[in-house]
Amino acid sequence: MKLSPFIFRRWLVTLAGMAVWLALYLGLAPASRWLTYDLLRLEPGRHLSAAVEFFVFETPKVLLLLTIVVFAVGIVRSYFTPERTRRMLAGRRESTGNVLAALLGVVTPFCSCSAVPLFIGFVTAGVPLGVTFSFLISAPMVNEIALVLLFGLFGWKVAALYLGTGLVIAIVAGWIIGRLRLERHVEDWVYATTSEANGATDERLDFAARVAAGREAVRDIVGRVWPFVVAGIAVGAGIHGYVPENFMASIMGRDAWWSVPLAVLIGVPMYSNAAGIIPIVQALLGKGAALGTVLAFMMSVIGLSLPEAIILRQVLKLPLLLVFFGVVALGIMVVGFLFNALL
Amino acid sequence: MKKIQILGTGCAKCQKLAAVANEAAKALGVPYELQKVTDLKEIMSFKVMSTPALVVDGQVKLTGRVPTVDEAKQLIS
Repeated sequence: MKLSPFIFRRWLVTLAGMAVWLALYLGLAPASRWLTYDLLRLEPGRHLSAAVEFFVFETPKVLLLLTIVVFAVGIVRSYFTPERTRRMLAGRRESTGNVLAALLGVVTPFCSCSAVPLFIGFVTAGVPLGVTFSFLISAPMVNEIALVLLFGLFGWKVAALYLGTGLVIAIVAGWIIGRLRLERHVEDWVYATTSEANGATDERLDFAARVAAGREAVRDIVGRVWPFVVAGIAVGAGIHGYVPENFMASIMGRDAWWSVPLAVLIGVPMYSNAAGIIPIVQALLGKGAALGTVLAFMMSVIGLSLPEAIILRQVLKLPLLLVFFGVVALGIMVVGFLFNALL
Repeated sequence: MKKIQILGTGCAKCQKLAAVANEAAKALGVPYELQKVTDLKEIMSFKVMSTPALVVDGQVKLTGRVPTVDEAKQLIS
């Protein structure tokens, strides 16, 4: 590979950016303590100082994490176009197909507004129906922004639980839908559509273009969600400092078994992006709600939504649509009960 | 006369792509006509899998993302 001065400079800028990122990240904890206790002269141990320290530490931390992860995901995603994912899944047997589809759902760029063209593109190219559903379930539900926020605010265990259970639900629910043989409940015109691969969309990119795609993703996504993140952390900071522990324990605690189905029932019609839902998650967890219940609520909000159902109704007949939502909702409930029982 | 079509069911990104395409075509100074294609079956007839998509004179030029104005200029010209 020949390095032109232009590309060389780009690399320097990227590397310098990473060095600055690391320095900022490592300096956060001392800086936030200094700001809270030396500059603002707040007394340690008070409600207000706990809230302020939480806010000035968590806000830049989460924004920094978000930036680096969105950047990395932006680069990774430039390797996975929907067309390439479809080629990898076409003609694949079930089970391995379901696992692969759920994993690809995480890294393939997806917007729920193009769920329908994607669905048609997949099934008409010979991707089995159940495998297509594994993809359609994991793509919105396992979300990189939610993953980062959970990691930043609750630690790697909660983040890993979210990632793992999201994938398992997508795999199992897709497999069940495949076993039920519901192909006749796909709208008839779908299978009448032909969809050979379209050559024009298969772009070849060099690595500099992929880094540019990463930067573009940062500008687009971080630029859009940062107000939600800051607002969410402000709410979290208030709870962290003021709300008594175990406030929610009686309503959403693990002893109230009915709280899991209720959380899913409330969550499904709601629609919010991942960045908007985390403050609620934080508020509920902070007040003593059980992790399984909260996880179930969050997954049903970002994984299933009424607008998505209306969009998908164009290609799915009602019985299949109901089975899809029913199986996924059931899976989310099982996850909720499981974590409430285990943790 | 350039025929520019925007494929998409009306999401926010489709509006953005339409605006970018409009600006790019104006900057190029060529006569053009811009049409938004929102009907699903018609969108599928272009064999795209992710929207929004940019079609120039019947050829799919870009899918799934919003380009910069400069990029759109190259695609349209």
